[in-house]
Formats: sequence, structure tokens, C-alpha cells
Amino acid sequence: MEPDELRRILNDPRIIEKILGEIRKVSKKLDHVRIMHVCGTHEHEIERFGLRSLLPDNVEIIPGPGCPVCVTPKLEIDRAIFLADKCIITTYGDMYRVPSNKGSFEHAKSEGKDIRVVYSITDAIEIAKAEEKEVVHFGVGFETTAPTTAVALLNSPENFSVISVHRLIPPAILFLLSQGEVKVDAFLDPGHVSTIIGTEPYEWISERYRVPQAVAGFEPADILFGIYLLLKQILDGRYEVENAYRRVIKREGNVKAKRMMNEVFYVKDAEWRGFPEIPDSGYGIKRKYEEKDAIKRFEDELRGFEYEEREERGCRCAEVLRGIITPEECGLFGRVCSPSNPVGACMVSSEGACHIRFKFS
Amino acid sequence: MCLAVPAKIIKVNDRIGEADFGGVVRGVRLDLLEDVKVGEYVLVHVGFAIERIDEKEAEEFFKIWGDYGTR
Ligand code: SF4
Repeated sequence: MEPDELRRILNDPRIIEKILGEIRKVSKKLDHVRIMHVCGTHEHEIERFGLRSLLPDNVEIIPGPGCPVCVTPKLEIDRAIFLADKCIITTYGDMYRVPSNKGSFEHAKSEGKDIRVVYSITDAIEIAKAEEKEVVHFGVGFETTAPTTAVALLNSPENFSVISVHRLIPPAILFLLSQGEVKVDAFLDPGHVSTIIGTEPYEWISERYRVPQAVAGFEPADILFGIYLLLKQILDGRYEVENAYRRVIKREGNVKAKRMMNEVFYVKDAEWRGFPEIPDSGYGIKRKYEEKDAIKRFEDELRGFEYEEREERGCRCAEVLRGIITPEECGLFGRVCSPSNPVGACMVSSEGACHIRFKFS
Repeated sequence: MCLAVPAKIIKVNDRIGEADFGGVVRGVRLDLLEDVKVGEYVLVHVGFAIERIDEKEAEEFFKIWGDYGTR
């Protein structure tokens, strides 16, 4: 089936109405339910299609830390900018304007540093092939993107290396549950992260915290179907990991991609912007591939790098990322802070909850 | 950032291929999947095919929720 055809059917008002009908039936038997998703693309599609307004009043969907560029610590950006004195830095467009202590990649570029936006890590490799200079790729993203970095680590020119700032989703869900600072009744798990890791890594989290989860795709019917499965689980008193995106996701995920990630990465405790360190939530590059690890490769140069954490005054991005407040509850939202004049990362990134809320409100 | 878009594979040359994104043809890396074949539908993320789209499962979905306009 042509993708356009598939999308057309998944957007068919009759399918959407049918799922909504089932959602209404189930939700009538429930108290207030809070479902957290952990995916910027989910938030974008939920707002774009106005799905919140279609849902019953007692079904609340809140965004969590699902925007990889928003959760990337400022230190990582500044460290890459520091290396730009010596190297060409390549980064994805989403990362380009995200504020750090020193400014941003965009700001560094305006000061004459060689920072290049790439669509794919393969473009960064092409740059390395064409240039004499060292090329350092800023490897940001969740499990969806990490395998593409793994491919590059396994096969790239001598003058190419990576700063790995990859972060992992299940440990973040686990952390939110263990902290208990925000009440969440169920998780809508991210479709494309789960395409790679499968549904299996979430299972023990559901067991341990007795929390229902469902992985979902990104068309309105996919998202609503995921929400329906979660409501049904809550009603039945079940806590499982269900798959609302079967045409793409398997329980075991993409085995080949996982194998490549295991080959090059090890799991480490990692900082997320807005969070303290989250155990086992990041990918470092294994020693075997350390000449591809920019932090190791430029160890001597980086001795000169100094960093002191500064907060943007009044920005509550951290609480937005943890699901404690909605973007509107930040006093700067829409007044001082807007996409054309962003204060925090959540307003810069097109996947940040503040940016999305502003864009569609 | 985790955006992935469906496309149809139209050319395969080892780990590099071409895919049709609803009329726009772009190069796509096939490193992350085994034995990709011409005619298959895949999801593409930052230039890499990350998974196949299973048409049978898509049809199952429509069976549950009504196969409006499927044929
Ligand atoms: S609206 Fe702006 S200042 Fe407020 S939390 Fe969001 S990004 Fe920060």
C-alpha cells in the first residue's frame, strides 16, 4: 500500500470517530486519567490535529522529556563549540539554535567557527572525506538516531569522530516513576524509539510500577488507538506493554540495529537538561572505538575547556520536561518567550513542548 | 527528532539504495536492515531505513476499525 494511501486511511474521520467513540465509552467509567508521552513528534501531532480537544475532559495527555535536543545538557554543546576552534563541527538542524552557556551553535557560527548543519550523519562523513580538517559530529538523539551513529562509528574516514550525547528512553520513564513527583497513570511510548528497541525493554517497568504502557505511531488514528489501549488497561486493572503500531514495531525491535549499537556503545549514567543524572540513560563510545570518540581523541585540547552552569532566568523548561507544569504555566510563555525570541530549549526546538504549544495555540 | 517517513524502495545496491517519498526520490542507507528488496516499504529516519512497514499488519488495523476506502 502506498504510504500516501495508508496515511489517508489513518486520517479518515470515520476511523478516528470510531476510536474516539470507544475512548468515550471507556473513559466514562474512569476518574481523571493522566497519560504521559515521551516523544516530541507525538506532541507535535497531538497539537497539530487538535487531539486534546477531541478527548474526553477526564483524559489528560502530558508531554514528558521526549525532545532529545531539549534534554541535551548545555555543557555538551559548549564543549563541541570549544572544539570548533580546531575542527569542523557537524550537527542536526534541530540542535543548531538551542541555547548553551556560550550562546549556541548558530552563535558560534556567526563568530566564524566552522559549524555545519547536516541532514544525516552520512553527510558529515562526506564532509570528512572532502576536507583535510578533523570533523566532529554532534551525535544527539534517542535510540531512533543512535544506530545511524553506530553505522558511522563502524565505518568512517580517519579524520571523523563523534561526541555521543545519545540518550535512552526507558531509563527516563523509570526515573520519572521512581521519583514520583508527577502523577502519571500510563505511558504512551514513542513509536520510532520503539521501532529500534522493541516493546520488550519497557515490560519490567510496567511490572515493577504496575503502570500500563502502549507504543504508538504518529497518525491521529495511531495515537488515539494507543490512548484507547491505555484507558482499557486502566479499566481492566492490567499493566502491560501493548503495541498500537504493529505495522512497524516488533517485540524484539530491529535486531540488526541493536547489534550494531551494542558493538560500539556502552550504557552509562547521563545528565539530561532539567534532570539530575539519570542512571543508565546514555550511550558512551566503547574503548575499542575510542579513536572515534571525540572526547577521547581531543582529550588534551579539552583540558582547556572550562564550564560553569548558568540557568536562564525565569525559564521553567526543566519542569515542563518533567511533566510538572504545562508550557502556559511558565510566566514567560508567549510574552517574553516565543519561537522568534526563545528563552529556553523547549521554545527553540521544533519538538519542544513550549514551541509546539505556541505554534498551534 | 525521531521523525521517520515512509518510502518505497526503488533501487538497492548493497547498503545504499534509492527510495521514493511520494514522488521525490532520495538516496537511502540500508545498513540497518537485512536484505532490503525493491518494492518494499520502509520508514526512513535521517537518511537511514530503520524498519519495514508490514502491510498485513496495516490491513489488520483497518479490519478492526473499519476498512474505509481501502479498496
Ligand atoms: S516558555 Fe520559554 S521560558 Fe518558559 S519554560 Fe518554555 S522555554 Fe522556558
